[in-house]
Amino acid sequence: MSRLGLRGFAIAYLALILVAPLALVTYRTLVEGASQAWQALRDPNTIHAFQVTLTAVAIAVPLNTIFGVICGLAIVRRRFPGKGLVNAFVDLPLALSPVVVGVALFALYGRTGWFGPFLGRHNIHVLFALPAIVLATIFVSVPFVAREVIPTLREIGNEQEQAAHTLGASGWQTFWRVTLPSIRWAIVYGVVLTSARCLGEYGAVAIVSGAIEGKTETATLRVDDEYQNFDLSGAYAIALVLGLIAIAILVLMTYARPKEQRA
Amino acid sequence: MSISVRNVSKRFGDFIALESISVDVKAGSLTALLGPSGSGKSTLLRVIAGLEKPDSGSVFIEEVNVTGRAPQERGVGFVFQHYAAFKHMTVADNVAFGLRIRKRPKDEIRARVAELLDLVQLQGLAKRYPAQLSGGQRQRMGLARALAVDPTVLLLDEPFGALDAQVRAELRDWLRRLHDETRTTTVIVTHDQEEAMEVADEVVVMNRGHVEQVAGPRELYEQPANEFVMSFVGQVNRVGEAFVRPHDLELTLEPNGETPEAMVERIIHLGFEVRVDLVRDDGERLSVQLTRDEAERLELDQGQIVFIKATRQTVFS
Repeated sequence: MSRLGLRGFAIAYLALILVAPLALVTYRTLVEGASQAWQALRDPNTIHAFQVTLTAVAIAVPLNTIFGVICGLAIVRRRFPGKGLVNAFVDLPLALSPVVVGVALFALYGRTGWFGPFLGRHNIHVLFALPAIVLATIFVSVPFVAREVIPTLREIGNEQEQAAHTLGASGWQTFWRVTLPSIRWAIVYGVVLTSARCLGEYGAVAIVSGAIEGKTETATLRVDDEYQNFDLSGAYAIALVLGLIAIAILVLMTYARPKEQRA
Repeated sequence: MSISVRNVSKRFGDFIALESISVDVKAGSLTALLGPSGSGKSTLLRVIAGLEKPDSGSVFIEEVNVTGRAPQERGVGFVFQHYAAFKHMTVADNVAFGLRIRKRPKDEIRARVAELLDLVQLQGLAKRYPAQLSGGQRQRMGLARALAVDPTVLLLDEPFGALDAQVRAELRDWLRRLHDETRTTTVIVTHDQEEAMEVADEVVVMNRGHVEQVAGPRELYEQPANEFVMSFVGQVNRVGEAFVRPHDLELTLEPNGETPEAMVERIIHLGFEVRVDLVRDDGERLSVQLTRDEAERLELDQGQIVFIKATRQTVFS
């Protein structure tokens, strides 16, 4: 196949699979009318749904970023028993269907689950409340920062860190001044992917949240809710906003990245 | 003694890198650790720096036992073969790193960095990033960075190994002059015997985790302690029980009653020097080093029969 043919194929594939549905969502939103879309977005239940989603993102992303960096450093720089197992387990959420995660959380926190009775006695609500949504979101977005950080740490090696040590830097100083700046773009990429995954989470959250309108409904659940109620303009409008956030994150990342220093 | 290594052993799994090794480095000297790969020379250097923990034995720097100390508490400067430049920092920031860690005043840091960049001839490149420098420049930056904190000892691990021959020769020369100026006790690891001989006051020849000999370059060449040193430092021929340097062999066209004949296999012209490869009846090969004039006088040709005579030879009991 000629190079032109390859390029044409790649573009056609992306257009059909990725761009067409997104463009159509945009088109449908506008056809249904901008004012209708605006109405749907101003609905208090919709606003609440976005608040729930952003809360989950705001908790899950920092936690998984810190975990991802520590986990990456442990896997690449340290030797400990069970290291291979940890390395494999980090990827588990990628292989596991979110629905399974949802059911598993149910088994843990449900009335007959491991922690359920204890939590019930102390009047702490996990299922059908924000904690379950956050837990599910954290679970499904665990791997992304670690998966970006690990190959970068391997590539840069530990000579720079050793050099810092011989120059008098403590472990902590070395981390802040040498290791962290060296992996910062891997972290940024990981954060972007984690955020995108959190924003889009549906399956696990659908099971554990109960999708109570105005209470435990996330933005993605809200799209489904509107769709089931034949409020297509609302569904399109919310879907469009989610899509725009994703695109904005990608664009931001592409432009924030410096061009020369990637040696 | 500036550095004393006492009975240090180190293994990596089944591999014995250092076997109860003891080495002394005189204050103000430039000492080379010379040996083939796997001889333990880099491991020894890393043990001195604290980057590797010995299984047993102790390390003293200026009479202080530093065996249990972390690298940052040893006051050593370390230069890596592959530079280990901080890629996200400018040249000036790289050099200033150790001083910033020590929280020196800003003015002092600026002055010291300028002085060091002058010393390593990188004045105009302070604002560049390591990726924008050549290998030789990067390594000079590495040296400036190590020297910035006034280390008690400077340790260089195959510092010129990744550079091409010409830059290597230049930097070697420059390192020697730098050492003459600063007089910082320096240990350089190398597998290149020419480099060791050219740059060092004292050479520690290592092999399989042992020290084979410690001597000045001249003594090492003229009075090697054993077969290994003789054949590792300079070229050597084996004639029966004796070892002979290629330049200690004389060629004659007439039989001399002592040595059997040999056939000229190849003549290699290296400018002033001519190397003649010989093969004897029993299949053994010899290498002879002649000056261009000597070679011309003999009018040697490939396939010709010649006779050799050793003017100087060494026999190890």
